[in-house]
Amino acid sequence: MTAQLSGIGPVPAGPVPAGKPTRRRGGQRPPWEEPPSPVGLFGKGVVLVLLVAAVLVPLWAVLVTSLASRETIDAAGGMVMVPREFDPSAYITIFNGGQITRAVWISTLVTVLGTTVSLVLTVLAAYGLSRPGSVGHRGLLFFFLLTFLIFPGLVPSYLVVTGLGLKDSIWSLILPSAISVFNLVVIRAFFMGVPGELLDSARIDGAGEFRILTQIMLPLSKAVIAVVGLFYAVGYWNAYFNSVLYIDDNDKFPIQRVLQSYILAGQSPNVSGSAVSLPGITAYPPTLAVKMAVVVVTVVPAIIVYPFVQRHFTKGVITGAVKG
Amino acid sequence: MSGPGTASAVDAPAAAGQAPPQTRKPRGAGRRRPRASLGARLRRDWPLLAMTAPAAALLLVFHYLPTLGNVIAFQDYNPFVGDDPVEAFLYSEWIGFGNFEALFADPLFWDAVRNTLTITAFQLVFFFPLPIMLAILLNSLVSGRVRGFVQSVVYLPHFFSWVLVVTFFVQMLGGAGLLAQEMREAGLQPWNIMTNPDTFIVLVTAESVWKDIGWGAIVFLAALAAIDSNLYEAAAADGAGRWRRLWHITLPGLRPVIVLLLIMRLGDALSVGFEQFILQREAVGRDAAEVLDTFVYYQAIATQQWGLGAAAGLFKAMVGLILILAANKLAHRLGEQGVYSKS
Repeated sequence: MTAQLSGIGPVPAGPVPAGKPTRRRGGQRPPWEEPPSPVGLFGKGVVLVLLVAAVLVPLWAVLVTSLASRETIDAAGGMVMVPREFDPSAYITIFNGGQITRAVWISTLVTVLGTTVSLVLTVLAAYGLSRPGSVGHRGLLFFFLLTFLIFPGLVPSYLVVTGLGLKDSIWSLILPSAISVFNLVVIRAFFMGVPGELLDSARIDGAGEFRILTQIMLPLSKAVIAVVGLFYAVGYWNAYFNSVLYIDDNDKFPIQRVLQSYILAGQSPNVSGSAVSLPGITAYPPTLAVKMAVVVVTVVPAIIVYPFVQRHFTKGVITGAVKG
Repeated sequence: MSGPGTASAVDAPAAAGQAPPQTRKPRGAGRRRPRASLGARLRRDWPLLAMTAPAAALLLVFHYLPTLGNVIAFQDYNPFVGDDPVEAFLYSEWIGFGNFEALFADPLFWDAVRNTLTITAFQLVFFFPLPIMLAILLNSLVSGRVRGFVQSVVYLPHFFSWVLVVTFFVQMLGGAGLLAQEMREAGLQPWNIMTNPDTFIVLVTAESVWKDIGWGAIVFLAALAAIDSNLYEAAAADGAGRWRRLWHITLPGLRPVIVLLLIMRLGDALSVGFEQFILQREAVGRDAAEVLDTFVYYQAIATQQWGLGAAAGLFKAMVGLILILAANKLAHRLGEQGVYSKS
């Protein structure tokens, strides 16, 4: 696992801990190792194929079903595995301006706004805490790290958020979970690895702390900040339960909540707003294709960000594990 | 909210000017001059404090304030005696340990505790070892390309929400899912694992495995990569076979990480994944799916018994804190590093 940091930004020179020796990428078995037994190889192969299939088959089935016509779905008796046609009508239905379109907008807004708030505040605090010996450093660090040990209960948190008047506001989906101390520790560890001479020379040239942060630290740590930002974004997009607690207004449901009510609770929210409840038009329960299209819409952001995160998260996880 | 509070905290001692020199030795070796007065240090460091303040304020309001708010566990908290939660808190009646007595007398509470601990124990046996095995398996692959591909695929579900994970399971294994479909076609009687309370514990464990086996393996893969390959070569030269090398080199190399994660899991023994259970409680019923977290939600917020819910939450937090401190102490005793240490 020697993912290089080249994907997102330039490879930072100083702070990257010395890379581990590259594993045998080329596929060389070391000479002392005994040749693999056929049974062992077969067993490994079976396990790996099963693992990969367990992830890919559901994704495939959902995607194909979402693009299948009603006839194909009826013929298959449910989920479709073999694509026969390309029928985007399910997607047209859900993006017709109904509840799902709205939910996608809400979730996008929460994700963008939340990630911005989280990232800015986390980076600022990570920098503020990256200088051992500064005023209040030990106390503040303790204040942040203590959150790993003590947790507020559900009830007082609920009362605080509602007491602040955040109920039915999208800020209730952002502020309570805006700071991940874990992410903060990851960024802070990275900042602390930047050589002090670099900062000292900037200081001699008259740079203030904010300038040092924006012009020296940020360019050096683009990669790690991007990864933390993507983690925040995935967290906001995926959040479900906070909307159960704080959002009562149907028009403000995020996508996860709608997906839940669509599929798991078996309800049928009206698909295209008021149009469905016009006299003479029955509000159909969502067809399987429509349901699966909602699943696809919910999955897609995770799949889009995934390649960017994937090559970096080993580093993040490890840095966080050796927090200092 | 960062503005007034921190600004005055910064200004006051600075105005005092000649504060006594700080005697505590700064830790950052050499970077900071130790003899500066507090005022001078504040003049130097106030931007750092200002940068930290907004995040600290958020934690104060949304983490520590609710933590303090747990005192309503000792009240007959009634939100309607005041206009806002603070007023309601001031006017609510203090009843000592009344909520805890009611809680401990509630059989539903003990059902939830039992369910939680059973599921934790079950997952410790049937989930915890799997990422280790996967990491060892991936590490043994010679082809980097196969390895990379498998990793990319198995890490992916970690980025799915619980709603999605449960949805995938419903669509694959549920009553109208792919498996039931195929079984019906083959003339078999389909079963619906999604609504069966008896196998619920297997189902939730399978979901957790599906979501997080790959993610869990990452940290073990890193530990495996850190094992000196000369050890393997030397062992092989001494005639140690594949399994002996696994037992005598690989597993000891993984031991610190395994202990660390075990401690963290034990400290979290009373949490088994909130959303996962809330989402499926309806389908399998309360008897199987009520865990401590869902108990708090359904007892407090859904039925407005705030004091009781807070008491249950506080009980969980206290037990969790004791567990993690105890587990960490145990790890230190055993000569392992543990989660944190006094530094």
